[in-house]
Amino acid sequence: MKKTPADAAPSDATAPDALLDVRDLRVRFPGKGWRAPETEVLEGVGLFVRPGETLGLVGESGSGKSTIGRAVLGLVPVRSGSITFHGERIEHADPRRRRALSRDLQVIFQDPYTSLNPSRTIGDTLAEPLIGQGTGAREARGRVAGLLERVHLPSDAAGRLPREFSGGQRQRVAIARALALRPRLVICDEPVSALDLTTQRTVLDLLLEIQRETGVSYLFVSHDLAVVRFMSHRVSVIHRGEIVETGDAATVTSEPRHDYTRTLLLASPVADVAGQRRRRAAAGAGV
Amino acid sequence: MSTGRTLRRVLRNPLGGLSAALLLLIVAAVLLAPVIASQDPGASSLSEAFAGPSGDHPLGMDSAGRDILARILYGGRTTLGGALLALAIALALGVPTGLVAGYRGGRFDSAANWTVNLVMALPAMVVLLASRAILGPDVHVLMIVLGVLVAPSFFRLVRGIVANVRGELYVDAAKVSGLSDTRIIARHVLTVVRGPIIIQVALVAGIAIALQAGLEFLGVGSGSTATWGAMLNEAFQNIQRAPRLILWPGLALGLTNCALVLLAGAVRDALEDQTPRPARRRRARPAPEPAESADSAAPRAALLSVRGLTVAYARPDGTDKEVVHGVDLDVRPGEILGLVGESGSGKTQTAFSVLGLLPEGGRVTRGSITVNGRETAGLRERDHRALRGRTLAYVPQEPMSNLDPAFTIGSQLMEPVRHHLGLGRKEAADKARELLHLVEIPDPDRTLRLYPHEISGGMAQRVLIAGAMSCDPELLIADEPTTALDVRVQAEVLDLLRRLRDERGLGVLLVTHNLGVVADVCDRVAVMNAGRIVETGTTEQILGSPRDPYTRTLLAAVLDDAPARAPWQPREARTVTA
Repeated sequence: MKKTPADAAPSDATAPDALLDVRDLRVRFPGKGWRAPETEVLEGVGLFVRPGETLGLVGESGSGKSTIGRAVLGLVPVRSGSITFHGERIEHADPRRRRALSRDLQVIFQDPYTSLNPSRTIGDTLAEPLIGQGTGAREARGRVAGLLERVHLPSDAAGRLPREFSGGQRQRVAIARALALRPRLVICDEPVSALDLTTQRTVLDLLLEIQRETGVSYLFVSHDLAVVRFMSHRVSVIHRGEIVETGDAATVTSEPRHDYTRTLLLASPVADVAGQRRRRAAAGAGV
Repeated sequence: MSTGRTLRRVLRNPLGGLSAALLLLIVAAVLLAPVIASQDPGASSLSEAFAGPSGDHPLGMDSAGRDILARILYGGRTTLGGALLALAIALALGVPTGLVAGYRGGRFDSAANWTVNLVMALPAMVVLLASRAILGPDVHVLMIVLGVLVAPSFFRLVRGIVANVRGELYVDAAKVSGLSDTRIIARHVLTVVRGPIIIQVALVAGIAIALQAGLEFLGVGSGSTATWGAMLNEAFQNIQRAPRLILWPGLALGLTNCALVLLAGAVRDALEDQTPRPARRRRARPAPEPAESADSAAPRAALLSVRGLTVAYARPDGTDKEVVHGVDLDVRPGEILGLVGESGSGKTQTAFSVLGLLPEGGRVTRGSITVNGRETAGLRERDHRALRGRTLAYVPQEPMSNLDPAFTIGSQLMEPVRHHLGLGRKEAADKARELLHLVEIPDPDRTLRLYPHEISGGMAQRVLIAGAMSCDPELLIADEPTTALDVRVQAEVLDLLRRLRDERGLGVLLVTHNLGVVADVCDRVAVMNAGRIVETGTTEQILGSPRDPYTRTLLAAVLDDAPARAPWQPREARTVTA
């Protein structure tokens, strides 16, 4: 059964106090080759994020979950629909406006190995957004030390290259870069899926701590229901370019209403033999 | 920055240092021509034509009685200056357009590519000859035309590299950081193209010099000015009378070009080969020492038994770095053993040791691995290969990169079957169909004809499991077989493993970091940390009542039981910080 976003979650209609408000967003990618048909990646997606709120966006690979974040950031062209950020329509913002927006809108990517330029020092990478906003080189360097401290990295990290750091440490650098301009919204695109279990937990705790202290909002994109449930106030489930269900984290991840969410939930194994046996039996019965 | 280091590497390379010194010498000599040569290159005294070397004229005189040294030095100015002009034009045209085309893509890229293909299709020599006929016999004009003709090589080089860099996440991150395109190009893109451009400059300079000399030699040059090519031409006309005339311009051209090509090679080596490789020790592979007796005391399982396994990698300086320090584990028939650990724990190294497939530089230094009671540590490569075909099988993490995109699924499944079981084409096809049926692929006949890019990741992993099962192995080594898959597909693949275990009595060594996967399929678990097994037990025991502190840390990081976050409340941030 197909459900429009409005049907799926009445609470998702709109929020007057939303920081980010996305409505009926459609994104298409050109097909490969000459005159190949376009593929629609997002088929009318609606969501909002309020100040200090985390909206978790969960889905499988190819569901379009990352594309939503990239569209908000202006990294993919928007076909139709609206993206309103802080009261301003930004879906077709020009490059100059985009540069100004980067003060409030930031990103943490999945892969901490390719999201840092391997030939630039950590300090150089962290100073980049500051310099982009016209901060002087000297002041930028001073702020870098504060940022490193913010993400619990040693201050001598500034002079070193990314290859000297582990995955978790690199992801801390990426977090520090995103925080450099004190943004209002950070798009977290699978920020912990490349990390080990124990590292994952410390990075998530760091993100929560920063949110409590600064009131930043997160659009938290992940394929992992457990991570999304832990991080998000509300959760949206996306399947084949459409949001099938939105609601409070506890509701969506324990009493899902949509069939797809239920399948997803039952397919995610839990680290408990008896619990997992029950889940598997339920999944077998449900399908 | 690595520029200084690269330069030092170039100069430390004997060929690089020598060619750089030679080039410097040539350029300096040419620049200092008025100081070194006492004569004017055009001044001729016919009475001294073909005169040999003398005090005033160290290299002798040419057919018109002009000083050869002066002509070589002044000619070098024209020749090298011309090459420089061609290079400057080529760089000015090729590099910026390549940058924009690669970075922006779209229409400019298409238009630029069309133009470049057109220019490259033109025969350079014909265009040069024609342009000389139309524009006049001027060296500089010729070199400008040459510059335009070689500009595409720079365009293509730069465009290709930039298009790659543009896809990097750090460029996206820079965009989101609010950097303008020019700044992104300067900070992130130019640093990457710099090295290849330098190499290309050296090569194109050589080509420009050779082409220009070639034209002059054919008599297409300006004739009036001294150049190395014109000198060659003149020497060639008098080759019967004074063969030595050909020596000096030939030497100048040869040395300059040699130096340029060698320098380009040295720069490439310095840029590409940043890390020293460990010394190859393929042949001298000492058999691993037996494990300490204490380890061997434990009773050994029927199928796979590992005792006191240590794995070490050779460092560049010849010493060994041990990454696995004495691992014991057992897999019985019909049992799935989970080998759990975080990245760098040595779990994959252990699995590869069993397969005999450690990456280059790695080897089993101590311990014993028995498969069906037979010792395999230190086995010869040929014997290990036979073992891998029949008794051991392997399922990798990335299904897609383990299928060859150029062959159909059918041919990739049939090839090993024909090789190992000696089946004919027809029987192999039947066997492949049967295997796909075994891994529950719905339409085997259709799937056999498909190429890897036409199937999904989950299907690809089934195909690989089918391939692993082709010779009816007893032990399957699966290295994170579901990590790259979505949870729904993961559940299906795990079901398949469970079924193969139950129906065929297959033993599985399942390497994973996912404790949910462990709970789902494993009978027993070995937890690995920093190259050691810290705890082994039944899945219920390890997940339910772990004894080792590391296992507890690992389980504490699992988010399954963490409460869902409470609903958002306005001003949450302020009330907390206040």
